[in-house]
Amino acid sequence: MTDRKTHPASEEIPAVQLQGVHKWYGEFHVLKNINMDVARGERIVICGPSGSGKSTMIRCINRLEEHQKGHIVVDGTELTSDVKNIEQIRREVGMVFQHFNLFPHLTVLENCTLAPIWVRKMPKAKAEEIAMHFLEKVRIPEQASKFPGQLSGGQQQRVAIARSLCMNPAIMLFDEPTSALDPEMIKEVLDTMIELAETGMTMLCVTHEMGFAKTVANRVVFMDGGEIIETNDPHAFFDNPQHERTQLFLSQVLQH
Amino acid sequence: MSEMMQEKYAPGTHPDWEPPATEVGVIGWMRENLFSNWRNSALTLLGVYLVYLIFVPLIDWAIVNADWAGDTRDACTSGGACWVFVKVRFNQFMYGFYPAEEYWRVNATAVLFALMILWLTVPRIPLKRVAGVLTLFVFPIAAYFLLGGGVFGLSEVETTRWGGLTLTLILAVVGIVAAFPLGIILALGRRSEMPIVRALSVAYIELWRGVPLITVLFMSSVMLPLFLPEGVNFDKLLRALIGIILFQASYIAEVVRGGLQAIPKGQYEAADALGLSYGKKMVLIILPQALKLVIPGIVNTFNELFKDTTLVLIIGLLDLLAIIKAALEDSNWLGYSIEGYVFAGAVFWIFCFGMSRYSRALERKLHTGHKR
Amino acid sequence: MTDHTDEQAPAAASFWRDPRKRAIVFQVIVLAIVLGLGAYIFHNTLHNLEKRGISTGFAFLHNEAGFGILFSLIPYDETYTFGRTFLVGLLNTLLVSAIGIVLATILGFIVGVARLSHNWIISRLANLYIEIFRNVPLLLQILFWYFAMLPLLPHPRQSLAFEGGIFLNRRGLYLPAPVAEPGFGWVLVTLGLVIAAVVVLRRWAHRRQEATWQIFPVFWTSLALLIGLPLLSYGLLGAPLDWDYPALKGFNFQGGMTVIPELVALAIALAIYTAAYIAEIVRSGIQSVSHGQTEAAYALGLKRGTTLRLVIIPQAMRVIIPQLTSQYLNLTKNSSLAPAIGYPDLVAVFAGTTLNQTGQAVEIIAMTMGVYLTLSLTISAFMNWYNKRMALVER
Repeated sequence: MTDRKTHPASEEIPAVQLQGVHKWYGEFHVLKNINMDVARGERIVICGPSGSGKSTMIRCINRLEEHQKGHIVVDGTELTSDVKNIEQIRREVGMVFQHFNLFPHLTVLENCTLAPIWVRKMPKAKAEEIAMHFLEKVRIPEQASKFPGQLSGGQQQRVAIARSLCMNPAIMLFDEPTSALDPEMIKEVLDTMIELAETGMTMLCVTHEMGFAKTVANRVVFMDGGEIIETNDPHAFFDNPQHERTQLFLSQVLQH
Repeated sequence: MSEMMQEKYAPGTHPDWEPPATEVGVIGWMRENLFSNWRNSALTLLGVYLVYLIFVPLIDWAIVNADWAGDTRDACTSGGACWVFVKVRFNQFMYGFYPAEEYWRVNATAVLFALMILWLTVPRIPLKRVAGVLTLFVFPIAAYFLLGGGVFGLSEVETTRWGGLTLTLILAVVGIVAAFPLGIILALGRRSEMPIVRALSVAYIELWRGVPLITVLFMSSVMLPLFLPEGVNFDKLLRALIGIILFQASYIAEVVRGGLQAIPKGQYEAADALGLSYGKKMVLIILPQALKLVIPGIVNTFNELFKDTTLVLIIGLLDLLAIIKAALEDSNWLGYSIEGYVFAGAVFWIFCFGMSRYSRALERKLHTGHKR
Repeated sequence: MTDHTDEQAPAAASFWRDPRKRAIVFQVIVLAIVLGLGAYIFHNTLHNLEKRGISTGFAFLHNEAGFGILFSLIPYDETYTFGRTFLVGLLNTLLVSAIGIVLATILGFIVGVARLSHNWIISRLANLYIEIFRNVPLLLQILFWYFAMLPLLPHPRQSLAFEGGIFLNRRGLYLPAPVAEPGFGWVLVTLGLVIAAVVVLRRWAHRRQEATWQIFPVFWTSLALLIGLPLLSYGLLGAPLDWDYPALKGFNFQGGMTVIPELVALAIALAIYTAAYIAEIVRSGIQSVSHGQTEAAYALGLKRGTTLRLVIIPQAMRVIIPQLTSQYLNLTKNSSLAPAIGYPDLVAVFAGTTLNQTGQAVEIIAMTMGVYLTLSLTISAFMNWYNKRMALVER
């Protein structure tokens, strides 16, 4: 196997490459032959019924889950069991979770500076400066000294986004970022994500927010039963779904 | 009343009325809690009778008819409790056979300890981490030299002269502090994904938790000398402490494991996603949260250990209980066992009750914190 | 590990950067340290024993003990072996634990229910009981009952006499001993048959209720059968059970059963101490069943007793039983404080006297710990099984 981690980040190399990726949980085949290339600056929305493997797929990209077959290349570095590679990829890939997963014992500011200080070995003052910059971007700088438990769900999720951005990632993964939110808070998080998209960030979003998909995505990927059923640009995807299962899914999601 | 019922109010203008007298105040309370029906009333009478049966003679014996003044047993004439016995022996009960002119050293250690505990437990005082480090690492060394002496011009006091409440506290505090790091390592080991590490941790924890402390003390006092190379030997106190520490670590491990299990998986994943290594993840993210969760559990463990330190009596160390038991065998003071044990019980009770209250208050605080 | 010819497999990492291989190396090192430490201790022990002229092994169990034991459930005197002393101690441990468990359960349930009483005084008194006895060391309580309270009892001549030929004095508790006469076997047979009949009856009543919705008073019928029939056969056979009553002869009691004061004090202390914990378990168990359950049952029209029996207790028991079991285990382990007052339990007889006589420290401590460890592991296996069963029911 060639060692590809030394490649410079250039336009030709896709941000994320998945080639023939398979994954099993025991006997259960969760991911079946996933092939996908994500170009730099591309924004992809992944949707599908629950249990279709969409979360598992993006969790494989930063190795929260391990794939058993195939290749995953992130930013020119192939994911192997090599700890150094995993650490490097996790530095380059930010992730936002459904349940925010902020660290409740640290303040908002400390949540944002923790990884830059301990992983990037940044001086504290510099890390705090960067953290405040991103907290302003997500419009909650005034909450910096509060603890996560004192914030609303929407505010927590925006902090979580800022926390990831502080690591200056090349790619951002969103795992159902609005599913655990009350309806009135979904918009503030989506707005933050749209603003982020406008900066040209490479984004992979697992979400059921079809409005967001229409306005922001370059491509929409539909998964079911551990397979990618259909990939298309948003207009074609919503107006003219090719596959029967996609049609069924859309009719269920868009009914309301 | 009936007039008031008749009155009509426009919607939204109804004033607050006083509740009926039977619902509030002393009478309302008594109706509710003591005489709500005939069964309840009968229970109340039974309760009052029990109180009369237990507390009247008890107060009579312990306070009304008790003797306080004097220095010998001849002073005890009134037939109630003879607290003279406790008064005369009080210093011994507190300090054991520590030289009287050096009592200040024990007192200084105790004050130091009390200050550390205050710093750790009063929420308003800042820098808890500094306090924790000082208590865990600096205080034990300072206390050791202060009590043992032999340096800085302090005269040496052998451990065989340590006793009484001093020894009880030393056993309990050293036992828990030294067992703590080992307990954390075992807890992490038990949750590790490495099968051999996990198996060894489980075996260690289950072995010590499965046997009574007394057999552990027997082992450390009888078998420890056999385990060591010829000529190497520890004094009795250190042997007992080693037994207590090895034993206690397994209990702490289980408490800490409970805390680790309570940390949601998302916290581990978020730390991983940010690129933190295993060590940094544990030290910065998981352990601070888990340890905060298990403070009540640790306090409870400490409480149990504090009570269990009395077992050193069986291997011949003179802790508070043992020294009182020895004093009761003094032929000048035969027949005052009840006073001796009641006093010992009261001292232990104050410590243990205080700690159990504290841990319950903490638990309540933690729970409300989580609900938000 | 990875097959290079397999194009599909993810690329492998170099040896030192692969966490799995690192884990293996780490574990090998840990194991080597533990084994090394074990070997070091083993070597030292062998060397030290040799120096002291103590032969290793369990052969000493066949040697004559040569010391007496205060109290034994099986025949024992000085001429029996050390193996026998082990057995005597073990049985005494089990005896005091069994008595303690029965008493602690009864007392603990009473106090626990009293703690939940709506009556303020009763609930305060129960709370006082719990707070006092839980927060004083057990060893202190044992010494208190034995050294402080026992001497307050009268001398044998002024024994406290209870109904049915029971006497209590500072030498112990004296009970009538049952002596079976020919024919008593038949009473036991009747009892066995009745128990079988009750089981059958319950099944029948249950099936009938399912089929016809008629409720049969199972509880009262079973109780009447269980008590009535054996009594009847006992009467018909001419009361074939005799009692050997204790009687004062000279300075002491003769005949009957003697419960030595050490056993009385230890059992009482264990029961009172453990009951405080059991009371808390019972209280929290009952409180763990949400009030909504009671309200739902009342709303369905169930009566108070039925609600308790069918709704509250089954749910509370699920919480109570595992904790109760671990308290029983604690009580058994705590019975090892017996040496403090000279009750001849396993630790006092075997890890105490026998160890002093033979010097076989390693073997004796290992055997003693082994007994408690076996008990603990058996009980935790039971609890795992119970919890798993309960968890399955929940799904």
